[in-house]
Amino acid sequence: MSTSTQSPVRVAEEPSGPIRPQRKLPRYAGLGLYVAGLAAGALLAALTGSGIALAVVYGVVLGTLAVYVGSRAVEGTRKATDRLVTALVTTAFGIAMIPLVSLVYTVLDKGLARFDAQFFSNSMFRVVGEGGGAYHAILGTVIITAVTAVISVPIGLLTAIYLVEYGTGRLKKAITFFVDVMTGIPSIVAGLFAFALFTLLFGNDVRLGLMGAAALSVLMIPVVVRSCEEVLKLVPNELREASYALGVPKWRTIVKVVLPTAVAGLGTGITLAVARVIGETAPLLITVGLITGTNLNPFDGRMATLPVFAYYQLTQPGTDTQAFLDRAWTAALVLIILVMVLNVVARLISRFFAPKTGR
Amino acid sequence: MAKRIEVSDLNIYYGNFLAVEGVNVSIEPRSITALIGPSGCGKSTFLRSLNRMHEVIPGARVEGKVVMDGVDLYGADTDPVDVRRQIGMVFQRPNPFPTMSIYDNVIAGNRLNNKKMKKAETDELVERALRGANLWNEVKDRLDRPGSGLSGGQQQRLCIARAIAVEPDVLLMDEPCSALDPISTLAIEDLMAELKDRFTIVIVTHNMQQAARVSTSTGFFNLNGVGQPGRLIEFNPTEKIFSNPDQKATEDYISGRFG
Repeated sequence: MSTSTQSPVRVAEEPSGPIRPQRKLPRYAGLGLYVAGLAAGALLAALTGSGIALAVVYGVVLGTLAVYVGSRAVEGTRKATDRLVTALVTTAFGIAMIPLVSLVYTVLDKGLARFDAQFFSNSMFRVVGEGGGAYHAILGTVIITAVTAVISVPIGLLTAIYLVEYGTGRLKKAITFFVDVMTGIPSIVAGLFAFALFTLLFGNDVRLGLMGAAALSVLMIPVVVRSCEEVLKLVPNELREASYALGVPKWRTIVKVVLPTAVAGLGTGITLAVARVIGETAPLLITVGLITGTNLNPFDGRMATLPVFAYYQLTQPGTDTQAFLDRAWTAALVLIILVMVLNVVARLISRFFAPKTGR
Repeated sequence: MAKRIEVSDLNIYYGNFLAVEGVNVSIEPRSITALIGPSGCGKSTFLRSLNRMHEVIPGARVEGKVVMDGVDLYGADTDPVDVRRQIGMVFQRPNPFPTMSIYDNVIAGNRLNNKKMKKAETDELVERALRGANLWNEVKDRLDRPGSGLSGGQQQRLCIARAIAVEPDVLLMDEPCSALDPISTLAIEDLMAELKDRFTIVIVTHNMQQAARVSTSTGFFNLNGVGQPGRLIEFNPTEKIFSNPDQKATEDYISGRFG
């Protein structure tokens, strides 16, 4: 109370000036009101005998209302709107997190059963029941994804460079349009395209790792183009002009100034594009198929890949069903870990290659 | 080293829009020529057309002649890259290459063009260019640090060092001091006074005191109205422009009675 007598602004309770003292809810009151609303929702659901889903819905609605009404009574309209929107956004975030957390939990719960050394060292060759592993499928996925990247990155990056640095007029518009169209191609169509192409070239019943890589490239190239294009557009034009003004030809400016400046973003974009195609199932299912043994040559015969491996373990279990299901879950877990590692790599790339300010 | 530039009947376009019309001027070697005028009158556009940086903008083009040392810079067999090697440029905003150290920024012109140089030679070139840009004493202990870590004024002098390291004949400066404080501005004006013994310097500035302080000749650009092309109204020795200009428009602009 002593502060309010000392400070003239606080004493003036009447609206005397443009800056009025702000009445505020105590620090955790908003959260408390929300939790109280949730509890009331749970109670309501219990009384009416509804399920857990309805209980959550009741709780969220009542909690949001409680926060809004409470804040409006004490703090006024503007603050109340702020709290209302905060509550809505947080709820949306919570809803978005539910499937993610549930998925990670389920995969970890069921996948850890076979997350052992044998899974990473054995193939499925002559395995009909327990045991066996996905050694062949993990290496197959890595090899096919690597071949895909080798095909897609140069094409995608060069296309992006053309669009940003050279392209003008109709051709640029046409390429942009078709890249957008390619982004929307369903993955099974990409698989059928590669299947048809290689059947035309090599005859019937051809199965190659390269075929899968070609199908995945159809999916990966537009992603690479779009992400690289955005990154190259971010390079300030002043740097290009500075380079031209030094008498540096255009192509050298691109190679030595534009690309190094953008390398962090390019690396991140390409890594995320790889992560995007590494889990594709449908195109690999019809192009590379599956084998139980180890084939590491993408230019000859069928190969195993993690997504297809998981699919077949799940859909065509043998006599010992549980062993097959366990392997499917573990394959899914390994795939998630691979994608996560790629995302971490992308973050590291953007951190270590970003231009340093030196301050 | 320094060379004379003769400009005759130069029209500069952005697409179909005529931005600057009918410029005739002779820029003297070993002197500082200042270009003044209101915003949007085509000073910077004219400056950029002198080293063919104008055509970097899509749709931009130029009609007329710019002759340096008997060579038409816009001739059919003139390579714009060669032109820019002889006519360097410093921009309004300092733009050191963010991926390069201070050292690499200075020799960027040579290194980006793949010129083979010995280590001792490049060391000497870097020191000479940085001394020429009055920056050596401030950065000699941290040549391997990124150029973007310097202050704005230091960055601008780094850009000048980078431009003079390729030994051009002419140095174009597009409002080089507009983003700088008075002390850095003074450092760059002193530098220009030193550089004019070796280079032909053309500077665009909004600061009439600066034009009066540093230049030997001054050109006044103006335009009649929005959408009209800019014109070179008057080109005379700086003393005459600021004391007794030929044109009424010039006097109005300089005395602040413009518009």
